[in-house]
Amino acid sequence: MSAPTSQSNSLAHYKSGPDFFRLLCWLASAVTVLTLGWIIFKIVESAWPAIHKFGWDFLTSSAWLPNRERFGVFPFIVGTVVSSFVAILMAFPLGLAIAIFLSENFLPAPVRQVIRFVVEMLAAIPSVVYGLWGIFVVIPLSKSFADWMVSVFGGVPIFAGPAYGNSLFTASIVLAIMILPTITAISRNSLSSVPKTLREGAYALGSTRWEAILGVILPSAAPGIVAATILALGRAMGETMAVAMLIGNSSRLSWSIFSPAGTLAGLLANQFGEAQELQVNSLMYAALILIIITLFVNMIGEAVLRYTQHQTAGIR
Amino acid sequence: MPIVDQQMTKQTSPNSNPPVRKDFLAAKDFNFFYGKKQALYDINIEIPERQVTAFIGPSGCGKSTLLRNFNRMNELIEGVRHEGDIRLLGKSIYDKSVEVISLRRSIGMVFQKSNPFPKSIYENVVYGLRISGQSKKSTLDEAVERSLRGAALWEEVKDRLHESALGLSGGQMQRLCIARAIANRPKVLLMDEPCSALDPIATVKVEELIRELKKEFTIVIVTHNMQQATRCSDETAFFYLGKLIEFDRTQKIFSNPSEKQTEDYITGRFG
Repeated sequence: MSAPTSQSNSLAHYKSGPDFFRLLCWLASAVTVLTLGWIIFKIVESAWPAIHKFGWDFLTSSAWLPNRERFGVFPFIVGTVVSSFVAILMAFPLGLAIAIFLSENFLPAPVRQVIRFVVEMLAAIPSVVYGLWGIFVVIPLSKSFADWMVSVFGGVPIFAGPAYGNSLFTASIVLAIMILPTITAISRNSLSSVPKTLREGAYALGSTRWEAILGVILPSAAPGIVAATILALGRAMGETMAVAMLIGNSSRLSWSIFSPAGTLAGLLANQFGEAQELQVNSLMYAALILIIITLFVNMIGEAVLRYTQHQTAGIR
Repeated sequence: MPIVDQQMTKQTSPNSNPPVRKDFLAAKDFNFFYGKKQALYDINIEIPERQVTAFIGPSGCGKSTLLRNFNRMNELIEGVRHEGDIRLLGKSIYDKSVEVISLRRSIGMVFQKSNPFPKSIYENVVYGLRISGQSKKSTLDEAVERSLRGAALWEEVKDRLHESALGLSGGQMQRLCIARAIANRPKVLLMDEPCSALDPIATVKVEELIRELKKEFTIVIVTHNMQQATRCSDETAFFYLGKLIEFDRTQKIFSNPSEKQTEDYITGRFG
């Protein structure tokens, strides 16, 4: 019976004294949660006068008139959502195609490595540099493309003219490039972690490479690809500097994607400097809405991710 | 080993099927290399029709490598190379007129780890038919029932054909993979340690299934389990260090092997 006794002694030794590690973990977690709580509390507090004054009308009104103390962010909500979705529409097919290209052996491994590195480097370029590049490179290019689109499809409201350089379309192009690395990197990861046995199974049944990719590999990697897209959407919605430099920051609502528009993040960045009193409160209200939208997007993403992961749980 | 004798008497009893072709699937002077490393040396083997042929041998002896050459799966690996020939029904599988896609459709494969696709049970079974262009519902329905019955899984899953295949148990998944392989109506069924991830009860079911399937298919099974080889194979090939050491009736291999190395292996002296 000597062995169990010595074991319980040593356990008793571990128990003695306060558990500093545990304490440290609690402290670190508490700091994180409290910081988030504090941020949201402060935003709500400073937004309160505007919330009190405008209520839900703030969300549906299109008037942003600081001189007359009338504020409404409907055009900015629309601009945030639409510019992000247009960016996803452009970046998703491209990003997924690159991810497939990089995860399959179309090219020798060293070449793939280089391409992968270059795509991921796109994420390292600062936002303001994208903005500058957008102004000097993308605007002229997108303007001539937009002019052509307007001349051909001008009858369709979303392609209606006149085409401006600073427009939702321009901002979306640059956003698409900025979120490309997110989509590519995460999709590539989930594509290459599709079990080898599944690929072999598909090939052993006589699949061509494309049948294996489209029929088996892509569906198996779907959770990761969905996650990549949602994360990219979240990033696009919160993106501030490049968008503020390119979108035109107009509070006028327009159907055409070639017209100037505005986003919540751009609005905040542009107006904080000279805002006073109720305008500050209104900007805080807008910030609160932005947080809620991105939170909502992330929650949907999480839910979709969990659902699809559950669907493919057995293969991992 | 009484169990061997029982088994053999059962299997050698005359069956009503037409006479078997002795060289249904054959390797001729076959060498295989992973890069510079040679994995198979001068393999000559003739696998008879509608029999179960077991490949045994210690890990790394080349038995899986040879199996994966029969449907040219090894070509998915970069830097591999072969010499010699493999013939299915007398025709080289490396012949220019042979498409690897159709070769793989006529040689089914079941893997060590069951690998159902993240689709419904139904869609798993008809995968091979769909990619070969079959989309008529009645044909697919018929193939699903036939294949699942063939894999002894029909009764267990007939009421949930459209549920995800990933909800099945390990043994059911493996039988689903067998059903998926036989849905293509292959000439040969290759099995790469099909029971190594299964519990004993699921193993018994798959072994029974193998004995049943040989009435229709030529089966090659790689196994580490020598009892399994005695239980369900007619012929056994023993591989060691990339060479085919001995190939004979299973009964002969396990009761009176000609080679010393074979005897050492099956009696557990090495490997």
